[in-house]
Amino acid sequence: MSDTIVSLPDQSTARIPKVNYLSKENGLLSWLLTSDHKRIAILYLISITFFFFIGGALAGLIRLELLTPQSDLMATDTYNKVFTMHGVIMIFFFLVPSVPATLGNFLIPIMLGAKDLALPKINLLSWYLYMAGGLLALYTMMSGGVDTGWTFTTPLSTHYVNTNVLTTGLAVFVAGFSSIFTGLNFIVTIHKMRAPGMTWFRMPLFVWAHYAASILMVLGTPVLAIAIVLVALERTIGIGIFDPAKGGDPLLFQHLFWFYSHPAVYIMILPGMGVISEVISTFSRKRVFGYTAVAFSSVAIAVFGFFVWAHHMFIMGISNYAVLVFSLLTMLVAVPSAIKIFNWAFTLYKGSITFETPMLYAFGFMGLFTIGGMTGVFLGTSGTDIHLTETYFIVAHFHFVMVGGMLMAFLAGIHFWWPKITGRMYPEKISQLAAVVTFIGFNLTFFPQFILGALGMPRRYAAYPPEFQILNVFSTAGATILGVGYLLPVLYLTWSLKYGAIAGNNPWQATGLEWQIQSPPLTENFTELPIMDHEAYDYEWLENQKAKEVASVG
Amino acid sequence: MSEQAQHLESEHPVEHEHHVVNPSVYVVIFFALLVGTALTVWASFIDLGPWNPVIALAIATGKATLVVLYFMHVKYSSKLTKLTIGAGIFTFLALISMTLSDYISRAWGRW
Amino acid sequence: MSDSPAIAHGAPADAHLEHPSYLRHHFNSVEQQADTTNFAMWLFLLTEIMFFGGLFTAYLIYRNWYYPAFVAGSHQLNVVWGTLNTVVLIGSSFTMAMGVWCAETRRRRGLVLCLTLTCILGLCFLGIKTVEYREKFEMHHVPGQHYSLQSFLDPQSNPAVFAEYHDKPLALDMARHTEIYFSLYFALTGMHALHMIIGIGILVFMIFRAQAGAYTAGHVTFVENFGYYWHFVDLVWIYLFALLYLISRHQ
Repeated sequence: MSDTIVSLPDQSTARIPKVNYLSKENGLLSWLLTSDHKRIAILYLISITFFFFIGGALAGLIRLELLTPQSDLMATDTYNKVFTMHGVIMIFFFLVPSVPATLGNFLIPIMLGAKDLALPKINLLSWYLYMAGGLLALYTMMSGGVDTGWTFTTPLSTHYVNTNVLTTGLAVFVAGFSSIFTGLNFIVTIHKMRAPGMTWFRMPLFVWAHYAASILMVLGTPVLAIAIVLVALERTIGIGIFDPAKGGDPLLFQHLFWFYSHPAVYIMILPGMGVISEVISTFSRKRVFGYTAVAFSSVAIAVFGFFVWAHHMFIMGISNYAVLVFSLLTMLVAVPSAIKIFNWAFTLYKGSITFETPMLYAFGFMGLFTIGGMTGVFLGTSGTDIHLTETYFIVAHFHFVMVGGMLMAFLAGIHFWWPKITGRMYPEKISQLAAVVTFIGFNLTFFPQFILGALGMPRRYAAYPPEFQILNVFSTAGATILGVGYLLPVLYLTWSLKYGAIAGNNPWQATGLEWQIQSPPLTENFTELPIMDHEAYDYEWLENQKAKEVASVG
Repeated sequence: MSEQAQHLESEHPVEHEHHVVNPSVYVVIFFALLVGTALTVWASFIDLGPWNPVIALAIATGKATLVVLYFMHVKYSSKLTKLTIGAGIFTFLALISMTLSDYISRAWGRW
Repeated sequence: MSDSPAIAHGAPADAHLEHPSYLRHHFNSVEQQADTTNFAMWLFLLTEIMFFGGLFTAYLIYRNWYYPAFVAGSHQLNVVWGTLNTVVLIGSSFTMAMGVWCAETRRRRGLVLCLTLTCILGLCFLGIKTVEYREKFEMHHVPGQHYSLQSFLDPQSNPAVFAEYHDKPLALDMARHTEIYFSLYFALTGMHALHMIIGIGILVFMIFRAQAGAYTAGHVTFVENFGYYWHFVDLVWIYLFALLYLISRHQ
């Protein structure tokens, strides 16, 4: 950690540029009615952080309850509500929008050389829809909660519970449209607003990842919407579509639900993978190995991701033939993800590696996502899935990919682009500490859960057999450490807004159009239309630029 | 810089011109759709066994194709538009066929 | 795929003086703006395809499982009203397409006429639908608490339909499944009608704007994009008509 590529301007003379997207206009309305993609990204950043901590508090309650084998902290019904809201908030109000709505919104136009996204007003609408959905979800929590699990499985959700299924369904429905419009905006922007010379294969891999995720958002989310509408109709009118007594099939809901919710996990992870590509390249000073393979594997994940959804339904009553087909297809979908891991590893090989905070999170991602991904293969194999499904093995699997993977990627991205977004550097030592604390806390929390699941502890239970207690205690201890690891960035990043070092245009000496403009950027991003005349991750081009560069004044 | 821009411009084809469709085309398509409607109603009154739904869907798809190609100008649109529609239809068919495959194969019993 | 219009159309450095008022500042040219919003509309229609897709999936599954119930259910729909509605909607698609042509050829009065006709035909459609829904309500074919199996257990209780099709009485469990048929009927046509209502609302707005000449001064994208939406709604109905009304009308 003695080596660093950070290159800051002379702090005694450096200033934040006077004209930038933050200083351009003042007042609450200039934020609430903005069409600037960068301001909308900040609005999202604040909101998703808020929902993350609510979801995190719920996680804390879960882990506290699970310290003891009995259901003694709260009634089992309450426990059901707590884990349901934890899932709903973390998935729909944190993970799905996390990188796309914050970093994607902020960076994609700049990375493409455009002044804004294609549809700026729709972008703002997306944020309002997200807030409406989020507030509805909060209202649900205050008014009694919902206890079906985030999966709303029928006929439990349609016939057997008295809780706020409809309000939660509405919240998710509205948030779903937020996601659809964001994805739609990205696809249109990437196709139609690239600067001259910015061909498809010169775009940063971050953009490719978002393109793939956006396809999933646009094509998958509407199916979730209709599933929710049908549950609402079933609950209110009793249309019978999921009701065996009237000839309906409860499994139909699951088909429609998972048709979205499986691609949803790729919606969540692909943007994170985009971040990792950028970070690994920058901190190895090397172009990403196999650019084309990584780009195509993003799209391949999106396409294959549509064909595997019933692996969430192996024990639910689908036919054996369906089990066979979906299990085989699930094996296929692991391949593109593995291709990315290999390519990142080969990028590191013979690179000049330094260990700044984003890189620490990226390393964490590579290890933890690989473990999570491999356990996904165990679950995709129907024979083992029969024993592991609905146990803590599943819980551990998805937390490894989503928290060990996606959340780490999100933090890597926030730290990597923080200087660009705010013009200031965060304090390096404490941020590296937070990354390490997070890594340790994460492993202590979730690794025991693999063992618990393999030993047979079921998920979604407030009480469990006493022999499982010791592993649960480890898990809760880890969760406490993890909480500290997540709290620290909120504190020091906020601190850095006032006291952080001035970052300058390109503190990481990274390639990419976003690093060639001022930090924070102008509202219109560029002073003149950029022409892209070099390949992505071209560090030699960067060397030539520096040789010609004159120090710029804000 | 401008030389570069010009060079790039010559490399990449200009977007398709905005094509104004002649109203007579619309009239023809309109009547074709009416004929299709009459045909499909007439066919439903005849017992064709398992072919009834096939013919109904085929006529519906034919009418839909006419609407998409002519009323929605897809015949005169870019490759991107056609690709986009294709992607939508593909995903739609994946949803239907793969879900149906579960339901149909349930009747086959256990292996 | 070198389809970026920014490459083709470039960014004139001081075109600020010449650009039309409807050109948004983040676009480089009018063509790029039109192209972009066009593509965005198609992507939105993709989401609509997938939205209805879930309902079509449900329909196909249950039709496969409960064919006799679906046949009996569809006999309870009036094929005359259904066919008339199909003709009305196809007509409105025609007038909409003509409206786009009027906008493109700067025929302001023609555009207003076409939009008004489209609106009227749309309202006709909804009117006929209301008549049909009312009839279903009276016959207790609306799913839920008041759903009645009588028409299916005892087809002769509905003389008009019985005279046409001479349906046999269904067994009790198959008769129960007709409720699923009607659930899908109302869900599909209801969702479709909701889209029509939204479309008519936008049409009314457009008629006023068209009267003021907003769409006949070279900026036709709004009308064109709305046209895509309207044709899509027509498309969905073409399939709904075939699937819901025409299951089997022979006897």
